[in-house]
This record gives sequence, C-alpha cells and structure tokens, in this order.
Amino acid sequence: MGTANSTTSASRSKNKLHTKSIQDRILEVIVYVSMILVTVLTLYPFLNVLAISLNDSVDTVRGGITIWPREFTLKNYDLIFTYKGLITGFQNSVLRTVIGTVLGLLSGSMLAFVLARNDFGGRRWISMFLAITMYVSGGMIPGFILMKDLHLINTFAVYVLPGLVSAFNIFVIRSFIDGLPYALQESAKLDGANDFVIYWRVILPLCKPALATVALFLAVGQWNSWFDTYLFNGSNETLTTLQYELMKILQSTTTSATNSQDASNMAERMAQVSPESVKMAITIIVTVPILIVYPFLQKYFVKGMTLGAVKS
Amino acid sequence: MSKRILEKESVYKKVSPIRKGKWKEWHNQRYLYYMSIPFVLWVFVFQYFPLWGWTMAFQKYRPGLGFFEQKWVGLEHFRTLFQDDHFYQVLRNTLAMSFMGLVAGFVVPVIFALILNEVRIGVMKRFVQTVSYLPHFVSWVVAAGIVTKMLSTDGGVVNSILLGLNLVDQPIPFMSQGHWFWYIVTSADIWKETGWNAIIYLAAISSIGPELYEAARVDGASRLKQMWHITLPGIRPTIIVLLIMSIGHLLGNGFEKQFLLGNHMVIDYSEVLDLYALNYGLSMGRYSFGTAINIFNSVISLFLLFAANGIFKRVTKESIM
Repeated sequence: MGTANSTTSASRSKNKLHTKSIQDRILEVIVYVSMILVTVLTLYPFLNVLAISLNDSVDTVRGGITIWPREFTLKNYDLIFTYKGLITGFQNSVLRTVIGTVLGLLSGSMLAFVLARNDFGGRRWISMFLAITMYVSGGMIPGFILMKDLHLINTFAVYVLPGLVSAFNIFVIRSFIDGLPYALQESAKLDGANDFVIYWRVILPLCKPALATVALFLAVGQWNSWFDTYLFNGSNETLTTLQYELMKILQSTTTSATNSQDASNMAERMAQVSPESVKMAITIIVTVPILIVYPFLQKYFVKGMTLGAVKS
Repeated sequence: MSKRILEKESVYKKVSPIRKGKWKEWHNQRYLYYMSIPFVLWVFVFQYFPLWGWTMAFQKYRPGLGFFEQKWVGLEHFRTLFQDDHFYQVLRNTLAMSFMGLVAGFVVPVIFALILNEVRIGVMKRFVQTVSYLPHFVSWVVAAGIVTKMLSTDGGVVNSILLGLNLVDQPIPFMSQGHWFWYIVTSADIWKETGWNAIIYLAAISSIGPELYEAARVDGASRLKQMWHITLPGIRPTIIVLLIMSIGHLLGNGFEKQFLLGNHMVIDYSEVLDLYALNYGLSMGRYSFGTAINIFNSVISLFLLFAANGIFKRVTKESIM
C-alpha cells in the first residue's frame, strides 16, 4: 500500500495485480460469489419449473427433478389444450394486451406531447392533476362501485378502460419529448402543419425509444393482471384471462393440500387437481411470451425508468 | 417572407393579451386542447370519481339508490372498525409486512447495485443484470406458484437442502405455519423486485465522476473504502427520494402477494387491510364498511408520506415536495 502511494497511476495500472491489497481481493471474491448466487437463486426456480413441465407427469410424483427432465415428454403441453378455460383465457389475454397497449400508447403519447409544450396554457394544471393520482386513489371498493355504476362489470372494456391514462407513463414519454429539439416542431409549423399533424408525423416517429419502454410496461401490466378478472368478471367464463385461469389452477393445490382432512370432498378435489407437471407447463406458457420480449427492450426500459424517476 | 415570420411569432410567442386576447391564444392552441381534454375527463372519471365514493363511508350505502336518497350515519362505520379486535390484527399484519418490505426493498437493491458495480467483467455484469430483471416481469400468480413450489414439504428445494445438510429432521411446512408468512412475503418480494429496483441506483452510480475514484486510488483508498466514501454518498440523494416515495406507498403496496401466498391456515398473519376490505366489505356487500377501511388506509399513507418528507427535509435538507 505504501509503495502504491508513491508510484504514478500509469505504472500502477501496469502492475495492477501486484498492488492489489488483500482486502481488495477478498472483496473481489465476495463480489463474484454473490453474483453467482444471485444468478442461481433467480434462474433455478424457472429451470426447475421448465424441467418439471417437460417431465412425465407420473414420474414427477417421485420427486427429485432439478433442472433436467428425467423422462422427457411433451404430453403435458398437449394436455393443456384440453382445458377449455385456458384457450378462452389465452385469447382474452392476447386481446387485452394488444388493445390496452395500443390505446395506452396513443393516449399517453398524446397527453405527453401536449404537456411537453411550454407555450400551452393548461400545462401546469394538467400536470398537477395527473401527478396527484400517483399518490391518492379512491381504493378498491369505491372503484368497484364506479365500475358497477358505469355498467362495466362483466364486460371486456373493464380490462382496458380504467388503466388507460397512467401518470407515470406520461411523465416518461414527456421527459423524452423534452429532450427533442423544439426547432423540429417550429419548422413543421411553418410548413403549415397543425399541432395534431406535428404530433403524429414529427414527434411520434421520434419517440420510439420512450414508446418502447411504455409499451413494455403496459403490455406486461395487461398480460400479468388477474385481479380485475377476479373482481369484475370472475363468474363470466367467456371473459376469463390466462393469469386468472392459472391462479385458479395453482390455488387448487393449496386448498386441496390444506383441506385434505376434509374427507367428504376428497374425491371431488382429487379430480379437480391437475398433475404437477401440467401445472408447470401452464406456468411456462403464461411466462414465456414476456421472457422472450424483455431482454430486447432492456436498453429502452433502463433509460425510461431512470427518466421517469427523475421527473416524478 | 415577412408574413411567415409574423405568422410564426403569433403562434409561438405568448400573444399579448391586450392586442389579441385570450381567444386568439385559445384558437391557436385548439388542437392541444382537443388532444388533452378528453383524457383529463377520463382521469377525472376513473381516478377522481372514486374519491367522491368516499362519501359512502359516512352513509348506510345501498346500491341502486341515488346519492340524496342514501341514509347518512356519520362516523358509525369508523366506530365499528375501531371496536373490531380483528381490525387490530389486520393492522398489525399490514404494518409488519409493509415495514419489512420497506427495509428490505430499499436496503437489498442498494447493496446489490453496489456489488454489481464492482464487477469488472462487462459480459458478466450485463448477464447478471438481465437475469436479475427476469422475476419482475413475471406475474405474482406465477411468482407465488414458484415460491410455493420451492418451499413445499414434498420435494421443495429449500426443504431438500435443509434435510441434506441435516439442519432439520422433518421438512418444515413453511406455507401452513403462520409465523413464517411475513418472512416468506418479504423474501418473495426481494426475489422478485431487487434487480428492478436496482436500475435507478445503478444509473445514479454511473453518473458519479470517474475522477473521484481516480483521486481516491491515488490516495491509496481500497475498493471497499471507495464504495463507502464515494459510491454510497454519490447515490444518497437518489436513495432518499426513493425512500420517501416508498414510505408514501407503504400501506398501498398491494395485497396480491398476501392473497396468492396466503391460505386459511395462515390467515391470522396474512390478512392485510385491503384483503380485510375485500373479505369483510365487498364480499359481504358491506360497501360502506369496506370504504371506511380504504379511507383509513389512504389517510395513513398520506400522513406517512408527509411525515417522512418533513423529517427528511429537516434532517438532510432533501425532499420531494
């Protein structure tokens, strides 16, 4: 350490290995060990689920499957298609994800464009009005009553309408537009474009990185939500969603395991409970679409998160 | 040419109110109004109207009757709430899990970001970071399923390891013993959100000037010292802002985990305010009582937000409002 002080930084970097103190080496070990630990802790459960889903369901009962299937089969995935609820749920989940994302992007970017305009009179008011919604909400029951009064219960619209305008997403897009040169809008204006045309033709194509971030947030939110199905459309089989169906299937284990003393219902329960491997196959089907998409959008959402946090 | 410049000025400079008036400005910006007012109304209906619904808590609300036909009962529902012993148990669960989630949800990501920042192999850093986001994108339904699977008594990996190391003789029934529940929820939360929450800290770390580290290295500071004296102070403002924000969301951070991970055997530990409102309010048709619980929840949240902001303002001269 003493010699390290006196040497110049140029020669130091040459002799980096020699000047490393013991403390630094211990740190290095801790760093790499914990990184491996994080990776294993995160990935193992997913690999385990995948392996079980690809394993013969009778064999799975023996237990002991880790990250590699013992008796490989695709039968579990075939079996999924016999669940009628899952097919309907899949259609509805795809539909709500597509519609919710597209409408959310349109409304969010439009409002963000307006709020990014310094010359717009209503700017401060609307920003304030939106920011408040990030901290105060009416709560579950007033929300439920509102949906009831608007006759949105047992409709598909209840998946899309309530979450259409989200303050956080708007602020993410707005801070991106703030970073674009204003001269672009001015020159379009001189060419006779009105504000809507400027938004549609000039700003929207330039916003792709911010839109990608928000699209990911919206799509993940739509794809993953199950509670609105439970609360508003739980009794309507044609409006079920994939996550809700998975919830029902996964929760059936918990109830059957915990109520097993309940002998009278036992036979009935056993019939309802689907094999472990099939459950895991459904879990994989529900999870995979998002896992395929997110690594490609990583650079966008990292930026978007940072911008959004700074602004709000 | 000169006409064009004039046109530009009239559009973009704030028009003098004496000469052209508000009308002219409104007319010039009419598209901006068309593009925002529908959404403002939207927000009003879906976000603000439920606040109006708070009046239900002071009524004996019956669906189907108009607002003026409802019977007003004052604070009766709040009295019922505060006299209910069950309420205090639910409040204890909510506070315990929120507090544990708050501490873990802000300490662990900071540590993770600090450690990840010390990884010098670029590929490894990117790989670990990408992997760490993964659970964030998975729904709580799936996450709860995975947690239940990992902790199960027959073949769950946690029990297998504990048995293998001879730490226990019998598998621990984690999911059916209440006293484990708070820790399970907190761990599940850490597993799911650490990588995601670290994004902002990593961004803050990367904006710290490299010359600070350079100078520290010349002075012979070890890497641990650099982490403690440069990196950590460098992200202090970010930590404080996020901490205040998460205190504001303390009670509002959901019930999904509790709903999905809980079962009737652990309900004494798993029931939180929102679930209480769902089970004893909505499901029983006691809308007014349920709303009173929601109000209590929101008011405490707001109070905590302002309190945290005030304390931090005084102590550290930093605040979000």
